[in-house]
Amino acid sequence: MNQTFTKSMARNIFYGGSLFFLLMLIGLTTHTVTVLPDRDNRQNITPEVALGKKVWEDNNCIGCHTLLGEGAYFAPELGNVYERFGRSKEAIKGFIKSRPVDGIPGRRSMPQFNLSEEELDAIAEFLKYSSEIDTNNWPPNIQG
Amino acid sequence: MKYSSQSVAKPYFIAAIGLFVGQILFGIIMGLQYVVGDFLFPEVPFNVARMVHTNLLIVWLLFGFMGAAYFMVPEESETELFSPKLAIILFWVFLVAGALTIVGYLAVPYATLARITGNDLLPTMGREFLEQPTITKIGIVIVVLGFIFNIGMTILRGRKTVISMVLLMGLVGLAVFFLFSFYNPTNLVLDKMFWWWVVHLWVEGVWELILGSILAFTLIKITGVDREVIEKWLYVIIAMALITGLLGTGHHYFFIGTPDYWLWIGSVFSAMEPIPFFMMTLFAFNMVNKRRRQHPNRAATLWVLGTGVMAFLGAGVWGFLHTLAPVNYYTHGSQITAAHGHMAFYGAYVMIVLTMISYAMPILNGRDAANSNKSQVVEMWGFWLMTISMVFITLFLTGAGILQVYLQRYSETPQAFMVVQDQLTMFYWMREAAGLVFLTGLFTYIASFFVKGDEARLTPAENVVSS
Repeated sequence: MNQTFTKSMARNIFYGGSLFFLLMLIGLTTHTVTVLPDRDNRQNITPEVALGKKVWEDNNCIGCHTLLGEGAYFAPELGNVYERFGRSKEAIKGFIKSRPVDGIPGRRSMPQFNLSEEELDAIAEFLKYSSEIDTNNWPPNIQG
Repeated sequence: MKYSSQSVAKPYFIAAIGLFVGQILFGIIMGLQYVVGDFLFPEVPFNVARMVHTNLLIVWLLFGFMGAAYFMVPEESETELFSPKLAIILFWVFLVAGALTIVGYLAVPYATLARITGNDLLPTMGREFLEQPTITKIGIVIVVLGFIFNIGMTILRGRKTVISMVLLMGLVGLAVFFLFSFYNPTNLVLDKMFWWWVVHLWVEGVWELILGSILAFTLIKITGVDREVIEKWLYVIIAMALITGLLGTGHHYFFIGTPDYWLWIGSVFSAMEPIPFFMMTLFAFNMVNKRRRQHPNRAATLWVLGTGVMAFLGAGVWGFLHTLAPVNYYTHGSQITAAHGHMAFYGAYVMIVLTMISYAMPILNGRDAANSNKSQVVEMWGFWLMTISMVFITLFLTGAGILQVYLQRYSETPQAFMVVQDQLTMFYWMREAAGLVFLTGLFTYIASFFVKGDEARLTPAENVVSS
């Protein structure tokens, strides 16, 4: 780089630019947080949904699945599983309950988590709540 | 070694490489589980293997960054480390805490681990990359604060260079943004939004400051180019990293419930994120071309140039491939993401740590500057085996990803996830084969540390640079 562009100019671009864009990020994040109630389906966060999220986390579901496209890519997307399973919480519960303890020979299988009936209801309710978040129309189709 | 306290870096580097081996072994297990679904089931289910794979990566890179800082800062500050004893204590605390956490992942079901570590008191577990028990997270904060204190005090009492200040800013940023891992609201959208304040603002933000400063340090040492020139480059690179990367966070806010203006902001700014990485490539090659001396550690020179190229390919090019919102609409959370993740982490962060180790380890072992020529040749074999196999891992995952996106999301008749996965088997097998080559490369790399021989020295005829 040539001599007319000095180190102190570079330094000023770094400090000025970084600070400016950090403030932009904070400003936009603040704005996003204020408009989120219109999109994030928070009116449906019941104690049961909260328990469902905890069950989701305590069993590390994100270690295989994606949720709204984030997570691991080993097992299906679950942000829209409520829709995919015909809007049936019973179908979700039935699937989780029926996983064989020793897996399926030669194939991927979800572990048997031995969830209680209360936990099963909660996780199904959590997945229903997740499916109703406004995600700018993602995923592109029902297959997730 | 100019300052004897630099030697505390050595255990950090050794631990880093040891954990690196563990990371790759679990990567191999996961790669096999992709095609032989019941491999090690139910003893090591995929989610456990993945957690071990990614957490080991993070922990060993942190070991690498810390080792790099302990090696660089005394030399930059022209003074001994503030407290070598603290550095050694924190090393053992971090290693034991990390090992216990990994053992916990493997020994008991995750739900049990959550229960016995008291996750209910302050639930932070069960989120991607932040799976560590809350108590481990608190431990990480304590270790990092102690580490920053030690580094900061050393810088304060010595010479303050741009390189050490940039490094310190990166490390402080690392600590500050990690605090968001303790924020875990029930509201999934808020949870995801601020989860990225750890993950994105680390790897596409402050970690780039650490990367830039290590790159600058090794380039000064290897090329002998004037510090003023190097520091100017460093400022421009990290300026571009943060100017593009901060609002680049928006490329994670496309489809998680956040407003649609992020589709524009995220696309525009993250599309510019390759710029700082391209500048790193130019930086590394320019400085080596303008070198004012030959350095007998040719392996370190190879690593430094390799970092420039691979960081640009993995983070820059493979990131750009799927960062525009209309593209990401189809590729979000697919094998394309996995492809990018692998080459970006390897090219940027794995390689910069190995660059530092390559430069520092001979010196830490009491040599003037370099290992024997024989040892360097073996190390370079390790470099090429790992780097080329990582290119192939990335290409195979990209192939899998393109096919997956087409079959599952783009075609007229979208197919179910597992139906699609069954059609990607060939790509996954090839990825696994490339993974085994990577493991071979890693063992070759490690073997180079045990190759004896006299230190490589330049003959007077070699030690001339034509200008």
